[in-house]
Amino acid sequence: MEPDELPTPDAIRPPGGPAGSAAGGAAGPATGNPVAEAVAGGTGGRPGHGEPVLEIRGLVKHFPLTRGILFRKQVGAVKAVDGVSFDLHRGETLGIVGESGCGKSTVAKLLVGLERPTAGQIRYRGEDITKLSGRALKAVRRNIQMVFQDPYTSLNPRMTVGDIIGEPYDIHPEVAPKGDRRRRVQELLDVVGLNPEYLNRYPHQFSGGQRQRIGIARGLALRPEIIVADEPVSALDVSVQAQVVNLLERLQNTFDLSYVFIAHDLSVVRHISDRVAVMYLGRLAESGTDEQIYDHPTHPYTQALLSAVPVPDPEARESRTRILLTGDVPSPADPPSGCRFRTRCWKAQELCAEQVPPLEVPPRFATPDAGPAAHPSACHFAEERQVVPGE
Amino acid sequence: MPDPYAPKEAITHGDGGPAALAIGEAESLERAPGAGPGGAPTGKPRSLWSDAWHDLRRNPVFLLSALIILFLLVIAVWPQLIADGNPYRADLAKAQAGPEPGHPFGYDTQGRDVYTRVVYGARASITVGICATAGAALLGGLLGGFAGFFGGWWDTLLSRIADIFFGIPVILGGLVFLSVVTSSTVWPVVGFIVLLGWPQIARIARGAVVTAKQNDYVQAARALGAGNARTLLRHIAPNAVAPVIVVATIALGTYISLEATLSFLGAGLKPPTVSWGIDISAASTSIRNAPHMLLWPAGALSITVLAFIMLGDAVRDALATASPKPSTASATASPPGRPSPSSANPAPASPSPPRR
Repeated sequence: MEPDELPTPDAIRPPGGPAGSAAGGAAGPATGNPVAEAVAGGTGGRPGHGEPVLEIRGLVKHFPLTRGILFRKQVGAVKAVDGVSFDLHRGETLGIVGESGCGKSTVAKLLVGLERPTAGQIRYRGEDITKLSGRALKAVRRNIQMVFQDPYTSLNPRMTVGDIIGEPYDIHPEVAPKGDRRRRVQELLDVVGLNPEYLNRYPHQFSGGQRQRIGIARGLALRPEIIVADEPVSALDVSVQAQVVNLLERLQNTFDLSYVFIAHDLSVVRHISDRVAVMYLGRLAESGTDEQIYDHPTHPYTQALLSAVPVPDPEARESRTRILLTGDVPSPADPPSGCRFRTRCWKAQELCAEQVPPLEVPPRFATPDAGPAAHPSACHFAEERQVVPGE
Repeated sequence: MPDPYAPKEAITHGDGGPAALAIGEAESLERAPGAGPGGAPTGKPRSLWSDAWHDLRRNPVFLLSALIILFLLVIAVWPQLIADGNPYRADLAKAQAGPEPGHPFGYDTQGRDVYTRVVYGARASITVGICATAGAALLGGLLGGFAGFFGGWWDTLLSRIADIFFGIPVILGGLVFLSVVTSSTVWPVVGFIVLLGWPQIARIARGAVVTAKQNDYVQAARALGAGNARTLLRHIAPNAVAPVIVVATIALGTYISLEATLSFLGAGLKPPTVSWGIDISAASTSIRNAPHMLLWPAGALSITVLAFIMLGDAVRDALATASPKPSTASATASPPGRPSPSSANPAPASPSPPRR
């Protein structure tokens, strides 16, 4: 069964959504590593960027640090997310990369309403959803769903697959009439490539990749517009990673989904993303299209990250330079002044400690002929440096 | 398994059938060739509970303890099935006499048949054990569960209250509380054990709920818009109840020995009631002349307590292997506070169960 021929039942297809057209784009010749190969497959043939469905403005999440049992006193705050802004357009995939503890997962939780932001706005179709509660929030939640990292803890072991995927309909009974649910759940299983007869099985009877498919089916049940995927393939085998990433791409084309795809694996993010944002210590360091970020990085942190990506070609590997960062990531409870990255940056000067570099196109690249280097980069001394050997 | 080197559009279809799915002979090949997605649903769906039950049925420890407990339950309800005598009938001429035909365990100081009294004594012990456990599990489970789920002030308050009850020494508390009670029924003892037993279960329940609450499936339900009631009943309670059941089963055995200990000290059940603890107490003064008076009720008590503790162990093992990840079981691995199974094994002649 070819991906393009996949049944897309009307019950699940969003109105007016384009049917899967570019799903075969990831096909390529057989090589050793499916993920690396998938990356080489490029990102052509994506649907064009539509209007923004999600606008994030100045998102802040501080977790208070308290002391004392009876009389809690706030002694500080972990600044997990500290002023993050970006747009998500209809039908596109925004990749967010960054190392552990940089606030990626907190952003994901804020987007789906699992955490309340300390400040900032999350505008879904122009409406700020951070202030919503009760019924209005529940209605918005239908449109923003989440796929979790660990397929072993994200499915309730005491529920059957049918109950897990059907639970969204119990919570939002207006979406599907009672008699129709079983059929819908079976359709969802089919859409994610599982046997529809598996309805009565329990999660522990499935492999990691299959469980992640179940999690994706649950996320699709309410026909959301946006799926926030928090490291959806990090817990999977490399061979299974490619399958799940390809499934996500196919579903995006079928249902016209917008993804926020969070990962620490740069290759996977490049493969699936239209645009990429690099996060460091609660702030965005750089953002742009995947080509701009991967081939023309201008922020030193991005360059350091990219220089650590394994290169499969031994000769190219010889010619490249690793950028080794010194020191550890500073504590998010006490981040450095000015530029967050300055404590580990080889270019840091006094200016970096005094002024926070804004996330915008650096002035030196703000010329019409600057080419792909002209993208937002939060660095006072942004300059292009090719770190990944030419392709 | 799918070939990782295959072209991607083939891999897209499904990952390979895992071991659990390999039950079917005619597995796969019905969908994409070479992709091997899970095949026909030949295997029966098995929940974790049915998995645990499957394990239990094959565990000789469980079978033996279940058999003993079943037998004890039957004679607790119908003691006349195996003992046709009257536990109160005294024949002073036969005081402390040894076994004779028809009276295999001999006679006690007042000339009552020891066998009949041992059989009739099961009722008090089992009643106290089951009622106290049910009460403690209900109270502790609910309070601990709420503390774990809501956290914050509730948690602090309930945990401190539990600590206060934890701090009451069992024997001293029993002597003080129960000496003022004149009722000869089992209920004051049951009430006292519930009062002292619930904090232990509450701690376990709280820990299990806190563990379950952190699972991604709870977050997933929240992200879908599930309210507190649904989250608690559908997602947390089913995953947190296993450790509570295990600890409650083991606690049942220790509660029975606690009842015997209190009765031995004269603070538990009062004489018109037939109880192993009372009989052991009465026999302890003449252990040299008539050891049979002490050995039979003490033996019955030991076997009963041991059976419940073995049952709890077997249930814990079954739930641990059936549980998807060790966290469910690890909470049960160390029931804190109460005496460990070995020290709980009653030695009523020296009534000082180490506690804390």
